[in-house]
Parts: sequence; structure tokens; C-alpha cells
Amino acid sequence: MPSLKDLRVRITSVKSTQRITSAMKMVAAAKLRRAQEQAEASRPYAERMERMLGSVAASVSDVSSAPPLLAGTGKDDVHLLVIMTTDRGLCGGFNTNIGRWTRQQVRRLVDDGKQVKLLIVGRKGLGLLRAEFGSMIIDTIEDTAKPAPKFETAAAIASRVATMFDDGEFDVCTIVYNRFESALSQIVTPLQLIPFSQGAAEDGDHDDEAAESDGPNVAYDYEPDENEILTELLPRNLSVQVFRAMLESFASEQGARMAAMDNATRNAGDLIDQLTINYNRTRQAFITKELIEIISGAEAL
Amino acid sequence: MADTAVQFELVSPEQLLLSEDVEMVVVPGGEGDFGVLPGHSPMISTVRPGVIHVFASGAVSSRIFVAGGFAEVTGSRCTVLAEEALVVDDIDRAEVETDLQNAVEDLGGTDDPGEQKAAETRATTARAKLAAIDAPVYQ
Repeated sequence: MPSLKDLRVRITSVKSTQRITSAMKMVAAAKLRRAQEQAEASRPYAERMERMLGSVAASVSDVSSAPPLLAGTGKDDVHLLVIMTTDRGLCGGFNTNIGRWTRQQVRRLVDDGKQVKLLIVGRKGLGLLRAEFGSMIIDTIEDTAKPAPKFETAAAIASRVATMFDDGEFDVCTIVYNRFESALSQIVTPLQLIPFSQGAAEDGDHDDEAAESDGPNVAYDYEPDENEILTELLPRNLSVQVFRAMLESFASEQGARMAAMDNATRNAGDLIDQLTINYNRTRQAFITKELIEIISGAEAL
Repeated sequence: MADTAVQFELVSPEQLLLSEDVEMVVVPGGEGDFGVLPGHSPMISTVRPGVIHVFASGAVSSRIFVAGGFAEVTGSRCTVLAEEALVVDDIDRAEVETDLQNAVEDLGGTDDPGEQKAAETRATTARAKLAAIDAPVYQ
């Protein structure tokens, strides 16, 4: 039976933990709102970029002469997976979910005889995957979201991927991130970056009334020609997609952390209640014991 | 509305900067400036670093510097995807001159083709910004 002092110490310590988790929850909530706004603000660019790229890509008659970022290398032997994880922990199942998906995907690809390379964004992903797939990890990129995701960072990641592609280091590139569904739910989403696939880029959540009103097959003039625009547009699109993934992932992270910290705060509250009951019982027991001692002492006289 | 105004949109990766109906816009295209009036034939063009002129009631209503990007034009719409956009009057000349100097120095101080290309882009952008400040306003 713990002494009264032990119980008091435990209650204080749980209380201070609770204060920390509830502060973290508040911070995450504030960051979440900003992250969500940022994600929404960046949407128009990505949408218009997609629309443009879609119409240019559709007008390229001879796919084989198109830039390799669009057409691919014609093989799919080497897969590059870009995994978006967080730098910090305490965000519930966020990293675990993406880790689990990656593990399954890598095993499947390896079983099919493909070679897999991993590029990990975020410190947590490295710890998660190093043990099993250490030899596949080519690099880790950290501190991408301090204090918020920046387009330059996304562009740097994208240009790195593009350079690797030009050097023939992989054939297919897929980025994996947690898509922001709501503050409480994030969905692990793979998005194929290279070769560009139009279906994959449309994740359904964009309003394309403007695109519809022009009809799908407007005959555009190109200045300069299609291929030149494509060579400029494709790397650009790559950065935009990476940026979008970063923003989604960042918003998801805040949501996940908020939910996790909310849970932790509640659990701490339950624990405090339990400990307080224990503490009061113990105290009562001591008092009763002392009373009995006094009474029985008096009776003995 | 569709035959008297162009719906002009300026978008950067971070946000939608401008969305309004205007009389005409002049965009610095990759192969020369082009003006967009209502009913322009559909086209897609690259954009070089330069100034976008927005016209309202026969005169320039705003001048916006863009550091390259893409433009999509349809009969009723003109969308510019810009990498960086600044209102010309807000450009700080001293800052740009320092930028230019740094870029030129970086250009001389490296052999790495990637870095060289980046420095060159920065120099071009800075020069275009200076030109934008000095350029006379269309009447």
C-alpha cells in the first residue's frame, strides 16, 4: 500500500503531465487552423496547373517524343518512394500508419522483383523504417516544416527527385503522405509523380466548374511549342505536387497531434480522479486506524 | 460581361493573389509581350520575368512584376501562374541591387553547373526587376 506522500507526489506529477498535454493540444489546434488555411490557399495554383498540364499533355500526339517526366522511361524496375513523415512525435498513429503502408508496399514491390529506394522526409520516418529497410533508404530530409511548409523546400525536394530521375536512378516515383480528411482522420495517400499520370493528380477535391465551362477539348495555341512548355511545366508541376503533399501532411500532423493530446489529457484526468480516490481512502483509513488505537487505549484503562 | 471584360487571375503557389474582371492585360510572354482582350484565341504560353500591366478604362491600373511562370488564355479568362509576384511600386531598389550584386558574385565564384544556373536565374530576375522600376508607364 503506497503511503500518503507517494500518492501526493504521483498526483502532482500526473497533473503537470496533463498541463503539458493540454498545452500541446492547444498549440496543435492553433497550428492546425493556420495549416488548413495555407492548404486551402495553395489549392487554386495546383488546380490550374493540373488543368494546364492536362490540356498540354492531351495535345501531345506522339507520346514517345514527349519529355521522359511525362512518358516515363518505359520500364518500371526501380521504384522510388518519397515518404512524408513528421519531425516530432506525440501525434498518435500518424507515422505508424504511413510506416505500415510503406512496409506493405515495399514488400509487395520486392516480391514482384522490383528494386525499391526510399527517400524519407521527416526524422520520425527514419527511425521507423531504418531497422527493416535501412539499405534502401537513400536519404532523409529533415526540418521541412519549420514553422510551416515553404514552397522553396518543396522545390528543392522536387529538383532533387528530378535530378535523380535524369541520372536514371529510378523509373517510377510515388510520394506517400497523410491526406487531411478532417482533424480526426488522416488517410494515407500514394500519389504517382513520375511519370505524370493525370488520373492520379486529381484527388477529387477540386472544383472544376471553370474547367468544365470551356469544355475539355479547347484547341490551344502554344507559345513556344508543346514540348518546350512541357519541359518547363513538368518539373514545376513536380514541385507543386510535392508542396501540396507537404501542406496536406502538415495539416494532418497537427490534426493527429491535437487528437492524440486530447486523448492524453482525458486519460490524465481519469488517472488523477482514480489517484485522488485512492488518496482519500488511504487518508480515511489512517484516521480510522488512529481512532481505533485511541479508543482501544482508553478502553484498556 | 463576357464580351467586355477578361477574368484575370494571378496565382502563386502559396495563394490566389488576384482575381478580377479587367479590360485588358498585357503579359510578358516567353516570346514577347502579348495583350489579352476579351475573345482572345485560347493559348498557353510561358512567362518570362517582367511586368504584367492591368488596364482599366483605357489606362494602366496596376503593374505587377512576375518572376516567370505560365499563362493560360481562353476567350473569357486569363490565368497567370507566377513563381513570384510583386506590385512594381513595392519593389525596393536597394534590395534588388544587393541581390543582383550577390547573384553576379555567386556566378563568378562557382563551377557547379546547378549553382551557376540558379545564380543566373537570380541575376536575370533582379535585372528584370530593375528594368521594371525604370520602365515608363504605358499611357
